[in-house]
Formats: sequence, C-alpha cells, structure tokens
Amino acid sequence: MTRPLRQTIGAHYGWKDWLVQRVTAVVMILYTLGMLGVALYNGGFDYALWQALFANGAFRIATLLFGLAVLWHAWIGMRDIWMDYIKPTALRLALEVATFVVLVAYAAWLAQILWGTRQT
Amino acid sequence: MSVSDPPAIKRRPVYLNLVRIRLPLPGIVSILHRISGAALFLFAIPVVLFAMQASVESEDGFASLKSMLANPLCKLILIGLLWAYLHHFFAGIRYLLIDLHVGDDLAPARQSSVAVLGASLILTLIIAVRLW
Ligand code: HEM
Repeated sequence: MTRPLRQTIGAHYGWKDWLVQRVTAVVMILYTLGMLGVALYNGGFDYALWQALFANGAFRIATLLFGLAVLWHAWIGMRDIWMDYIKPTALRLALEVATFVVLVAYAAWLAQILWGTRQT
Repeated sequence: MSVSDPPAIKRRPVYLNLVRIRLPLPGIVSILHRISGAALFLFAIPVVLFAMQASVESEDGFASLKSMLANPLCKLILIGLLWAYLHHFFAGIRYLLIDLHVGDDLAPARQSSVAVLGASLILTLIIAVRLW
C-alpha cells in the first residue's frame, strides 16, 4: 500500500474542521436572525418578555445549541490563529489548551444560566 | 548531490514594509474578519454571559444592566463589540457564499467586500446613534 505523501498527523482534521466551521456558522446565523425577529416583532426586550423567553424550553435548547456552535467554531478559529502566529510549540500548546478550557468553562456557565436555580 | 542535501535556496524579493503594502479591499475584509473573530472570543463572550446572567437573575439585575448602558464608556465598548459581530457576521456570510462559488469572480468579490464593509459600518452607526 502506498500512502499519500502529504498525509500528516491528525489525518483528515483539515477538511472536517473546515466543514464544522461552516455548519456552526450557519447555526449562529439562524439563531441571530431568530433573535432579531423576536426583538423586532416585540419592539425590543423588556423584563417580562426576557423572563418568558428564558422560561421557554425551546428557547433554552436553541440558546444552548447556539452556545455549543460558538464554542466549537471559536475553538477551531482561535486554534487556526494561534497556529499562524505563535511559532514556539510550548507557548502555542499552552494557548490552545487555555482557549479550550476557557471555552468549556463558558459553555458550563451558559448551561448554569439557562437551567440554574432561578425561580420562574 | 546526495538526497539529503537541502534544495538550493532561491532569493525571493521580500517586500514587507507594512506602511507601503496596499491591501486590496477583500484583503481588508479578511484581516478584519480575523481580528473581529478574535475580539469576539476574547471580549464578547464573557460580556454577553455576564449580561445574560445579570438580566435573567432578577428585575433589579435587568434594571441595573440598563442603567449601566447609560455610561458612555460602556456604550463605546458595546458599540465596538457590535461592530465586531456585524462585520464577522456579514464577512462570514460572504465566505460561505464564495465557498458555494457564488460571486467568486474578481469583480463580484470586490463588490461584495465593499458591501460587507459598508453594511457593518452603516448598521453599527445606525444602532450607535439610537443608543446615544
Ligand atoms: C453569525 C455568526 C458567525 C458567522 C457567520 C461566522 C463565520 C465564520 C467563517 C465562515 C469563518 C471561516 C473563515 C475562513 O475559514 O477563512 C470564521 C472564522 C472564525 N470565526 Fe466566525 N462566524 C460567526 C461567529 C463567530 C463568533 C461568535 C466567534 C467568536 C467567538 C467567531 C470566531 C471566529 C474565529 C476566531 C475565526 C477564525 C478567523 C481566521 O482564521 O481568520 N465567529 N467565522
């Protein structure tokens, strides 16, 4: 068996990440347009509408999905940026790990806001 | 010449005077897309999460967030982040279309880069005026 010369470690993460960044982009576009629609339809957000939204299960799921799309998208995007500009391997790895940890923490924070101990 | 010899190094012209390089418009959209993406990661996510938490927690939190918005510095920061999101949003849509080979010839690509720059700036300006 001959293998392609350009095959690099990590196999096909290149095209997979490319696709993920585009799929997550579409998810974020749809959510953004949805929120814009809600805002325009109601003439902005007041507290009552805000509470009603967060009490709505579909809104919470959609918002979590949006958050996960941001997480995945920003992970790939920031890793690309670190790879382009940060040449020392140790520093780059440290930044990549920090990016990942921060993003997961943000996702947990979002879940806490959405399903936290609020009384509704 | 043995196999392990490095290939002869070609002398290529290096022209990296940042002041004198003239980036074409699509290039400007591209670098701003990268900068806005990084800004969204660094600043917008924590700000949005903070605002979300405060505004959902209680009516007082919602009200205090609104009064924070009266602060000119907060307004400026918010307008900056808004521009970052809008630019990244429109430039992102442009890239998705170009990936689908919509408008990927030179002339339409130039026109759409102008549209992206203009739309995000004008929308930011309109919202900024309404905020002040
Ligand atoms: C409506 C929302 C969004 C759309 C349509 C969108 C679209 C895109 C697209 C298509 C790319 C790939 C560009 C390329 O491969 O050259 C990209 C890259 C990127 N995005 Fe987004 N994005 C959105 C939201 C976000 C958010 C919320 C963040 C922040 C956390 C973000 C951060 C990034 C970063 C850091 C990159 C890498 C930039 C680069 O490599 O130059 N994006 N975005």
